[in-house]
Amino acid sequence: MKPLLSVRGLSKRFGTRVACRDVDFDLWPGEVLGIVGESGSGKTTLLNCLAGRLTPETGSVTYNSAAYGTVDVHDLSEARRRLLSRTEWGFVNQDAREGLRMGVSAGANIGERLMAVGARHYGDIRRTASDWLDRVEIERGRLDDRPTTYSGGMRQRLQIARNLVSEPRLVFMDEPTGGLDVSVQARILDLLRSLVGSLHLSAVLVTHDLGVARLLTHRLMVMQGGAVVEDGLTDQVLDDPQHAYTQMLVASILPV
Amino acid sequence: MMDTISSSSSGPKEHDGPVLKVAGLTKSFIVHAHGDLALPVLRNVALAVSPGECLALVGPSGAGKSTLLRSLYGNYRADAGSIRVHHDHAWAELVGAEPRTVLDVRRRTMGFVSQFLRVIPRVATVDVVAEPLLRLGADPAEARDRAEFLLALLNIPQHLWQLPPATFSGGEQQRVNIARSLIVDYPILLLDEPTASLDAGNRDRVVELIGQRRDAGSALVGIFHDVGVRELLANRVFEVSP
Ligand SMILES: Nc1ncnc2c1ncn2[C@@H]1O[C@H](COP(=O)(O)OP(=O)(O)O)[C@@H](O)[C@H]1O
Ligand SMILES: Nc1ncnc2c1ncn2[C@@H]1O[C@H](COP(=O)(O)OP(=O)(O)O)[C@@H](O)[C@H]1O
Ligand SMILES: [Mg+2]
Ligand SMILES: [Mg+2]
Repeated sequence: MKPLLSVRGLSKRFGTRVACRDVDFDLWPGEVLGIVGESGSGKTTLLNCLAGRLTPETGSVTYNSAAYGTVDVHDLSEARRRLLSRTEWGFVNQDAREGLRMGVSAGANIGERLMAVGARHYGDIRRTASDWLDRVEIERGRLDDRPTTYSGGMRQRLQIARNLVSEPRLVFMDEPTGGLDVSVQARILDLLRSLVGSLHLSAVLVTHDLGVARLLTHRLMVMQGGAVVEDGLTDQVLDDPQHAYTQMLVASILPV
Repeated sequence: MMDTISSSSSGPKEHDGPVLKVAGLTKSFIVHAHGDLALPVLRNVALAVSPGECLALVGPSGAGKSTLLRSLYGNYRADAGSIRVHHDHAWAELVGAEPRTVLDVRRRTMGFVSQFLRVIPRVATVDVVAEPLLRLGADPAEARDRAEFLLALLNIPQHLWQLPPATFSGGEQQRVNIARSLIVDYPILLLDEPTASLDAGNRDRVVELIGQRRDAGSALVGIFHDVGVRELLANRVFEVSP
């Protein structure tokens, strides 16, 4: 078996500010890797470098593609990277408005991803889109409505449906429950948890919420000031944190 | 009725000699918030457990019994030494192992009954119990049947099965936890005070079920405060000294 994603020596600066420093890891098929750390620690920057949305100064991101074999994400042509990101990857943004097309219907948002992986039959696409609305607990009757008419929690669930309908091999998620009410968060976590299990997803999930990390991830990397200071099995990192920064993060959680 | 409990996908393996071997296991906690205070807990622990055996960890409170058990499960990180588990007809080293190796050992070979249930929001009790079997690829209807069978055996009232266990009593949560850990027939089972918050009737039922696992060839390592429970289950004791 080969890693799905191999990251070596990845660094990214904004001007003189180092946002990511010398990051190395492998993601194996079926693994959900959590990236945790406080705000500003470089989580989003790292995720964007992995998905080819930002170009790192140094280092490499190698992806084992179903269609193209082993590719360096940052050496691909823009066209090919776009194709990859529509067919083999998903990207769930914190702000659903950035991950959805707000001007078209929910059905078209889901259908677009299906067409990217070759679906052509209108009736099939519509039926699959409707099934996915149901799966993410949105009434099927809302299929023709635009996401502008949806609540924040519904938009996030629609974004998840749009990204997972094509059964991507790798999903990137940036704070998928950030900015939502706690009760709405719980519903989305439950949804993600069951989808991750039933679709055997491989995923990289960025979150500052250690409870979310415990629930959804197999492994954790802890980032501080752009560097990975600790990594390991999720329950081990949370129950027996080694690094001073991780101990501080874990100790700061209010017991529920 | 009880004998059907030991049929499952994985099953204790036929294996001569130990299936769990520990050598030189050393573990301290370094508390950075308190000037890097070092708390040495385990030093040079060596033990081995074979199928059909139950090893009881004994020692005063704070001696490191739970720390040892959690280290065996990979939940605590050993500083040094070796924890080898017979897994997939080979030996898997857990000290320094990749997360995916530890997770694979946990899925198929080594179960853990913790003292408290970690509740998963919004998930029904029957699904909490069925989950470890589903992860092994079992048929969902079969996994559910087996979960219901165990819940009934452990005296969880049927009207609770569809509810998340968050609001259950301590004893009910502990029995849900035990059902969840017994649904897969792990060749190695680690138990941290499995009967601590149970009444006499439920305690006897749990002891009976665990004893069946031992007799069917699982290797057990447990912490049992109740001397009666320990005498019924353990064939050997291991002294954990502070
Ligand atoms: N586009 C940008 N331009 C300049 N600085 C940025 C940009 N994006 C992020 N940064 C800086 O990089 C650091 C890491 O940010 P980010 O990756 O967003 O962290 P996180 O997601 O962990 O909150 C921060 O100091 C942030 O201010
Ligand atoms: N995660 C942890 N972080 C720091 N210290 C711990 C941790 N877990 C246990 N300890 C310490 O290790 C020692 C042994 O604890 P434990 O293994 O729970 O003992 P026992 O189960 O024998 O009562 C105690 O001093 C305890 O405070
Ligand atoms: Mg961010
Ligand atoms: Mg203990």
